[in-house]
Amino acid sequence: MSQPRAVLLSADDIRRAVSRIAHEIVERDRDLSALAIVGIRSRGDVLATRLRDAIRSHEGVSVPLGSLDITLYRDDLTRIGYAPVVHESALDFSVDDKVVVMVDDVLFTGRTIRAALDALVDYGRPRAIRLAVLVDRGHRELPIRADFVGKNVPTRPADDVRVHLVEVDGRDEVELVAREAVSA
Amino acid sequence: MTLTKTPAAAALRWARRHVLDIDDWSRAEIEAVLETAGAMVEILGRPVRKAPPLRGKTVILFFAEASTRTRVSFELAAKALSADVTTITSSGSSVEKGETLLDTVRTLQALGGDVVVMRHASSGAPYFVAERSDAPVINAGDGWHAHPTQGLLDAYTLRAALGDLHEKRIVIVGDVLHSRVARSDIHTLVPLGARITLSGPPTLMPLAWRRGELPPCVTYEPDLDRALDGAHGVIALRLQKERQEGGLLPSLREYSHVWGLTASRVARMRPDAPVMHPGPMNEGVEIDAAVAHGARSLVETQVTNGVAVRMALLYLLVGTPLQEERP
Repeated sequence: MSQPRAVLLSADDIRRAVSRIAHEIVERDRDLSALAIVGIRSRGDVLATRLRDAIRSHEGVSVPLGSLDITLYRDDLTRIGYAPVVHESALDFSVDDKVVVMVDDVLFTGRTIRAALDALVDYGRPRAIRLAVLVDRGHRELPIRADFVGKNVPTRPADDVRVHLVEVDGRDEVELVAREAVSA
Repeated sequence: MTLTKTPAAAALRWARRHVLDIDDWSRAEIEAVLETAGAMVEILGRPVRKAPPLRGKTVILFFAEASTRTRVSFELAAKALSADVTTITSSGSSVEKGETLLDTVRTLQALGGDVVVMRHASSGAPYFVAERSDAPVINAGDGWHAHPTQGLLDAYTLRAALGDLHEKRIVIVGDVLHSRVARSDIHTLVPLGARITLSGPPTLMPLAWRRGELPPCVTYEPDLDRALDGAHGVIALRLQKERQEGGLLPSLREYSHVWGLTASRVARMRPDAPVMHPGPMNEGVEIDAAVAHGARSLVETQVTNGVAVRMALLYLLVGTPLQEERP
C-alpha cells in the first residue's frame, strides 16, 4: 500500500516560522516581564525552547520556560484500555498574572489543548493564555483556536501530519502522509 | 501531538491486573512505576495538588489490620488523582462481628469499587480476594508476606538520594523474620542492582537465611557495626514489642544496645548515606531520636514518596479495563 508523502515545511521553513512567531508574540504583548513560554510534551517543549531562544536573540530578554505533560488530563484515559506513560512536567516559576504562551507542534482536534488548559490552571491563574502552533491542520472538535500559527494546512481527518525536530528526531521537517479514510 | 491517535512511542502496556507481591516483577515493571511516581511527585508540589485521571472512579480501602500511615497515604493518593474513596476498617465494621473474608469480598463486589486496596493480618488474604474480585487488588500489607508499595517507595527514595542503585549496598536491620517490609524491600532493590546486608538477632532471622541459604545478592551479618561499615544506606525495621513476650528477645534494652541505630553507628556508613524507617518508629529502641530526626534521615521523605508511588500504581491499574467493560 503506497502512502503519498508531501513535505509541508522544510528545515528553513520551520526556522523562519519560529522566528516570525517569536516576533509576533513580542508585538502582541510588549511587556516581556510578564511573558512565559510553556511547551506541551513531547514536541511542543522543543519548539518552546526554540521560541524562548529566538525571543532572547531578538530582544535580549530570557523569558521563563516550562513544559507540561498532559497525559493525566486526557479525556480518553478510560477508553484506550491501557495507561499511557506519564512524564514529568517542569514549571518552576509562578504562572500567576503571567501571559503564558502555550506551544504545541500540531493543532488538530483541540483535545490536547483542552487538556493542557486544565493542567496549566492547576499551577495558578495566568493573566492570559495564548496558543502557538507550528501547524494548524483543522478538524477541530472543540471551540479552540491558535493565536500564532506557523502554517495552516488543509488535511483530511485520516491524514497523518508528522513533525520531526532535530532535538528529538535528528532532522527538521514536517510531512503530510495521506491515508485512505478506511484502512484495510 | 493529538489525542485521537494511539501514541505508538514508548506506550507502556501495563499488563499487571493486581499488585499482590513484587517477587515476580521484572526490572522494567519496577522502573515503570518509579518513573511514573516521579511525575506524581511533581504534581504533589503544585499549588493544586490534584490531577483528574481517576475522576468518577471509586477506590475502596479495606483495612482489616491497624494502619494509619499506609491507609492515609493511599487515601491521599486516590484523592490527588480525583478518585472517590470509601474506607472499610476492621474495628467498627461487620468484620468485628465475625464476618468472613468471603462475606466481605461479596460486599466489596456489590459496592462496585474500581480498585480495592487491602491490608490483612493473614498472609495471602489479598490473593483470595483478587481471585474473586472484578476489580484490581493492591496489597497494602498481608501478614508476614509482602508490602509491595513500601518496597517501591523505599526504592524510589533510595534512587532519589543515591542515583543508580547498581552495586549500592543497603543494610536492613531488625526483625527480618516477621517483616513483610524487609521481604518487599529485597524483592524491589535487588532487581535494581542493589546488594542487601541483613542484620539483627539470629532469633529474628528466617532459619534458612541464618544458615546461609540466602537469596542472590543478600548476605546476613549479625554484627551491626560490621554491616554498616561503608554501607550506602540503612533501613531500620520496626521492632514489634510483642516479640519480646514470645521469648525471641532478651529485653528491649539489650536489643537497643546491640542493634539500635545510634549516631556513632550511622557514622560508620559512607558520608551522607541515608537512614530510612517504614514507621511508626520506636525511638530509643531500634533508632535513636537524634538519628530519626537527624540530617541523614529520609523518614519524612519516605512518607511523601509513598503517596506518589501509590498514585503511580492507582494510575497504572486504572488503565486496566474491568471485565464487564470489555466488549
